[in-house]
Amino acid sequence: MGSLFRSEEVCLAQLFLQSASAYSCISELGERGLLEFRDLNPKVSPFQRRFVGEVRRCEEMEKTFTFLQQELRAAGRLPGPCPESPRAPAAREALRVQEQSEQLAQELREVSRSRSSLRDRLRDLRQHLHVLREGQRFTSLPAPLGSPPRPRALSEREPILDPSLHHHLDRKINFVAGVIHPWRVTAFERLLWRACRGYLVASFVEMPEPMEDPATGESITWVIFLISYWGEQIGQKIRKISNCFHCQVYGYPESEASRTEAITRLHGQIQELSVTLEETEKYLAEVLDKVVQVLPTWRVQVQKMKAIYLVLNQCSFDVTKKCLIAEVWCPVRDLTQVQDALRQGSYQSGSSVECFVQRVPTAESPPTLIRTNKFTAGFQSIVDAYGVASYQEVNPAPYAIITFPFIFAIMFGDVGHGLLMFLFALWMVLYEDSPRLRQGTNEIWLTFFEGRYLILLMGAFSIYTGFIYNECFSKATAIFPSAWSVATMANHSSWSSAYLATHPSLTLDPNVTGVFQGPYPFGIDPIWSLATNHLNFLNSFKMKMSVVLGIVHMGFGVMLGVFNHVHFQQRHRLVLEFLPEMIFLLALFGYLVFLIFYKWIKFSAADSRVAPSILIHFIDMFLFTSNAENLPLYPGQVPVQMVLVVLALASVPVLLLGTPLYQWCRQRAPRTPLVTGEQEPLLEGQEAGNSVNATTEDVESGGHSPDAKHLDFAEIFMHQAIHTIEYCLGCVSNTASYLRLWALSLAHAQLSEVLWSMVMRNGFVGLSYVGGVVLVPVFAAFAVLTVAILLVMEGLSAFLHALRLHWVEFQNKFYVGAGYKLCPFAFAPDTWE
Amino acid sequence: MAYGGLAVPIIVMSVFWGVVGGVLPWLVPKGPNRGVINTMLVTCAVCCYLFWLIAILAQLNPLFGPQLSNETIWYLRYHWP
Repeated sequence: MGSLFRSEEVCLAQLFLQSASAYSCISELGERGLLEFRDLNPKVSPFQRRFVGEVRRCEEMEKTFTFLQQELRAAGRLPGPCPESPRAPAAREALRVQEQSEQLAQELREVSRSRSSLRDRLRDLRQHLHVLREGQRFTSLPAPLGSPPRPRALSEREPILDPSLHHHLDRKINFVAGVIHPWRVTAFERLLWRACRGYLVASFVEMPEPMEDPATGESITWVIFLISYWGEQIGQKIRKISNCFHCQVYGYPESEASRTEAITRLHGQIQELSVTLEETEKYLAEVLDKVVQVLPTWRVQVQKMKAIYLVLNQCSFDVTKKCLIAEVWCPVRDLTQVQDALRQGSYQSGSSVECFVQRVPTAESPPTLIRTNKFTAGFQSIVDAYGVASYQEVNPAPYAIITFPFIFAIMFGDVGHGLLMFLFALWMVLYEDSPRLRQGTNEIWLTFFEGRYLILLMGAFSIYTGFIYNECFSKATAIFPSAWSVATMANHSSWSSAYLATHPSLTLDPNVTGVFQGPYPFGIDPIWSLATNHLNFLNSFKMKMSVVLGIVHMGFGVMLGVFNHVHFQQRHRLVLEFLPEMIFLLALFGYLVFLIFYKWIKFSAADSRVAPSILIHFIDMFLFTSNAENLPLYPGQVPVQMVLVVLALASVPVLLLGTPLYQWCRQRAPRTPLVTGEQEPLLEGQEAGNSVNATTEDVESGGHSPDAKHLDFAEIFMHQAIHTIEYCLGCVSNTASYLRLWALSLAHAQLSEVLWSMVMRNGFVGLSYVGGVVLVPVFAAFAVLTVAILLVMEGLSAFLHALRLHWVEFQNKFYVGAGYKLCPFAFAPDTWE
Repeated sequence: MAYGGLAVPIIVMSVFWGVVGGVLPWLVPKGPNRGVINTMLVTCAVCCYLFWLIAILAQLNPLFGPQLSNETIWYLRYHWP
């Protein structure tokens, strides 16, 4: 059937790699992604392995690349994706890459440094210029008394230090000018006043343009201050205070002429500096261009190189043959490809001796490999989410492709909702190659996209079950005419209009001829959606349906176990496990299914008063009692049931003890002929068949094994006991668990009915134009609630329950799921960021 | 409308799902996916047929009839045959 049915054959193999061509062989194998390498040096620390130097070199290169990437990001440029996948570089090329990358990094560092120092200098000059310019305002013109408010953006109160004082004094005035952070101005002012009150005059003005703060990098409107003071000590105090407040102090020449000269000089300097800065920026851009071009390719190359060296570290070095030996798990089908890859690798590295691969027998359990295509991958992943299949065990995935959407659909059955789901999935499937859909980063979207085939099938089956349940957005459709004839009943019972007016609800009686004309050919009759007692009928129908489908599903699970027993050459388990399991299941629950079908076929409205209850019969069957009011379904029911219960109970000890006893007997049987032959000369008087006391040889070598086997048998018995209890109790509880199919389909039906009657029906209140306008927002609300509650919430809920039914109720009949996946060494593109 | 009883729907559906599950697998072209497609066809046929069968058998001999409101009866008496 192909590899979806069970895992492919995977073998253990040894690769013999010549030291010279080892690197290119592994590179070739990595490109093809066939093998999983095993670590042959598990006890060696990473620092003591053979190729640790090379790995360290790769990591250094990666550090350089990270630095380059950071610089690119700081400059706001992104490296493009790698165009095509370059191969891992040879040693010489790797050296070249390393040298070039280090050189680029060095250049980048130098240029950035010089740029930042130029920037600092420029800012400094500009601040000085502003200080001088603003200071001019206070010192060149005398401020008249009662002058217009000075540009003090920070406080509205009267200045502490009145600058109008200064022209009354005729002592020698000195200046301190500088720039201060706006938040520190008030504190600065207060401290100045307390320290040197009366002996200085301070004025503050905001800088016209904001500038960068060197520490934090944010743009702040600095405040320029100009302090005029007289007295040397005051000057020192002021300078100390400004130091404390981290103000940038600039020299402020006293005479007007020197100030203007300083301003012109500053202008010139700023001009030159701007030009130099521009050149530096241009050079930086060029270097960044070069980096953008080569960085993606380098990254991929070095990552591949590092991966190859990590794999080579896992190989063991054989001194006698001077080659590296690698142990790999290889799918048997791909052995020729592996040989081909090794040949290519040897050829590329120019070595004359070829590397080769050799299969090695092993007792270990190989990893599981199940090849999937884009359609089956989704279904295999939901099976793997519970547990990866053990090696060569039957894989439930090919059956889950249909049973999972089918069980979902039983809980979700509605034509309208199913159609919406189907169309959504169809859109995803038809446009699955569009890059916009594939490269979404939203995790939830990606989950839906990965499961697009799953949702497609779920929607399709929901449409089918919706037709059977006869529900389309909670409304029934009469594709075929209804089988119940109201007219006949009305005529028979003379339901006149007056009679109807006094009786709000009446029941149709199927006993009257002509009222019920036969079963509706496809699905549930549409009259039931109009009936007030529709739940009575539907509940009975859906519960029985859930039980029947559950028992069929579980029976199918038990039958899948046959494939395992046959494949693993354990045919005794067919008789000792499969047969008792099937007898137990069929005798009790298969009989229940029979009762359900029998009652449907045999009992009709004529004997509806005395129709027996299946549930009571079933309980009585277990308890070996009988209920006088509950008539038998068929003659001879009681003895038949007794036989079935006895049969089922008899199969339990067979299940419990069969396999362990068989294995125990098999263990003892081949040893007895050996033991009797050698026992007689040495140990007379010993009973034959006593397997523990044998020859001295046997005691020494086999001393452990009988004990071990006894321990093993204890474990086997225990394991089998657990399996038996789990199976028998599980049969009962799992059958009941399948009733969730009924519960969820009821919930879905009720929710959609509520949504229709409470939301949508209100839109049909008025049949005028106004009513048409009202219908639009009502429909919008209905649509939003349908999608949010019924499609998303109910869909997820039904998905979850269908998953649970598969994982627990179905799979615990045959699945072990204790395997591990084959993870081949490959340079997959999605492992790079 | 005179109902065909149980015979016609059973024959139609059995033939249909019988074709899907028993005949189509032979017509699937040989390829690596043949096994999976055959499994899908047979499983689908069995599931869908069983589900339909349960629905029709449950309605074969109803033990009680629908209870309708008088408005529904007024309408259906003349609207449905």
